[in-house]
Amino acid sequence: MTDKLTVRALSKRFVTEAGAYDALSGVSFTVTAGEFVAVVGASGCGKSTLLRIVAGLERPSGGEVLVDERPVEGPDRDRAMVFQDYNLYPWLTVRENIRFILGLRSTRRDADRAAARGAEERSELLLELMGLTRVRDARPHELSGGMRQRVAIARALLGKPDLLLMDEPFGALDAQTREVMHDLILHVAALEQRTIVFVTHDVEEAVYLADRVIVLAPGPGRIDSVWRIDLPPALERNQNLKLSHAFLSIEGDILSRIRATSGLQSDLTALQRLTAKA
Amino acid sequence: MYWLIATASFALWFALWWAVTALQLVDPLFLPAPAAVLHRCGDWLRNGNLLEDAGISSYRVLAGFLLSAVMALPLGLAIGAYQPVRAFCEPLLEFARYLPAVAFVPMVLLWAGIGETSKIMVIWIGTFFQLVIMLSEDVARVPMPQIEAARTLGASGGEIVIRVLLRSALPAMFDTLRITLGWAWTYLVVAELVAANSGLGYAILKAQRFLQTDRIFVGIIVIGLIGLGSDQVLRWIHRRLFPWAGVRS
Repeated sequence: MTDKLTVRALSKRFVTEAGAYDALSGVSFTVTAGEFVAVVGASGCGKSTLLRIVAGLERPSGGEVLVDERPVEGPDRDRAMVFQDYNLYPWLTVRENIRFILGLRSTRRDADRAAARGAEERSELLLELMGLTRVRDARPHELSGGMRQRVAIARALLGKPDLLLMDEPFGALDAQTREVMHDLILHVAALEQRTIVFVTHDVEEAVYLADRVIVLAPGPGRIDSVWRIDLPPALERNQNLKLSHAFLSIEGDILSRIRATSGLQSDLTALQRLTAKA
Repeated sequence: MYWLIATASFALWFALWWAVTALQLVDPLFLPAPAAVLHRCGDWLRNGNLLEDAGISSYRVLAGFLLSAVMALPLGLAIGAYQPVRAFCEPLLEFARYLPAVAFVPMVLLWAGIGETSKIMVIWIGTFFQLVIMLSEDVARVPMPQIEAARTLGASGGEIVIRVLLRSALPAMFDTLRITLGWAWTYLVVAELVAANSGLGYAILKAQRFLQTDRIFVGIIVIGLIGLGSDQVLRWIHRRLFPWAGVRS
């Protein structure tokens, strides 16, 4: 298998008025083509920063990011991103949002007429695949959160990105909608054969969706451990899997790693001291 | 409900005005009675030039305002989108917007003569600089995530300006224009200081010379009504053009 994404010795230092702090330090990993990798970690571990650097929205302070062996210089549609807050365009309808890239020069330039027609057809297929046909002419503010995120995913997929970057995409959705979206994204990942990097703080979600889970530790953000998820392939996974022993055991292991790295135990001793005094 | 309260508010002020004058609490020279104002209004209409005055004043305000808007829209967009353009223009604009339009009246006479151009120019001076700054703020307030989404979809800088910044800021910009149209009316009297012989502002100035306070009131109320009317029309257009605005997505 070829490496789609290579992250090498990546570091990111933010300089603020309060001083400098290292969000990431010496992060290296690779993602092979077609792989679904989830990045989890305690808050402040730099997982969103990592994703934003891969997207090209932030410049790294050190190290490099390669996609298909080419260094990332800035954002481009080969690394489309899905955000927690959807970031749809409220003035466009569902269909127009999904077809946003069709009006862009970067799409028109490299697409001959056949490819353009292909993209037209593909946008219709994505509408159908995402269950959006009925609301195609609605505007985002008329839709529920789950429906909005479907639009954002379809919009990102239309350009057949090499990498689909997802930054806590289901973090704002209720539990039931999340479950539906999990199965949807598993099917999309399997059908579209996309390489996906998925950032979340929800370990159950990460284990259910991913082929591999990377645990980041905070202060400075670094890789704590990497877990291969040996569960049935995407299309055979279903919600019952979450109750299986294999699933619960790996979920528990990852959770305990996160707990061990989050530094939250000290809070308990502080609390004991506090109550002892009172 | 909104309309009920709005109408009640108007009715309340009118009743107060009527009561104060009917009880002769104030000298009519300071506050003419509604009946006197109404009578003067009918008189003005019959003698044939109230509508003409309102027409020519509306023309001057609209022409000056549209000229401002057409020039301010691209400039405001450029300032809101590009930091170097902001750095180049903003200090100048901040300086220029404090210049009192009324102080320019003699200069405007020199530059543009005594025709319509000079009145339009005064209104332009009064509105243009404010408008550019407010429009550039509308563009600068476009949420960063909307821009980032476009960048990860492969939009170029120019495409982001037109397809995201402009489109996203458009409802706010339209609102800014609506508010500034009101300011344009407040510069009317100043504009018609400049060698005018017609218009509501001119009529108010002339009435002032003869202490015809009822006539001043007619002029003020007509300007207010035109403003209220155009404002409601623009609000309606805003709702039709931007049904998503005011709703977060």
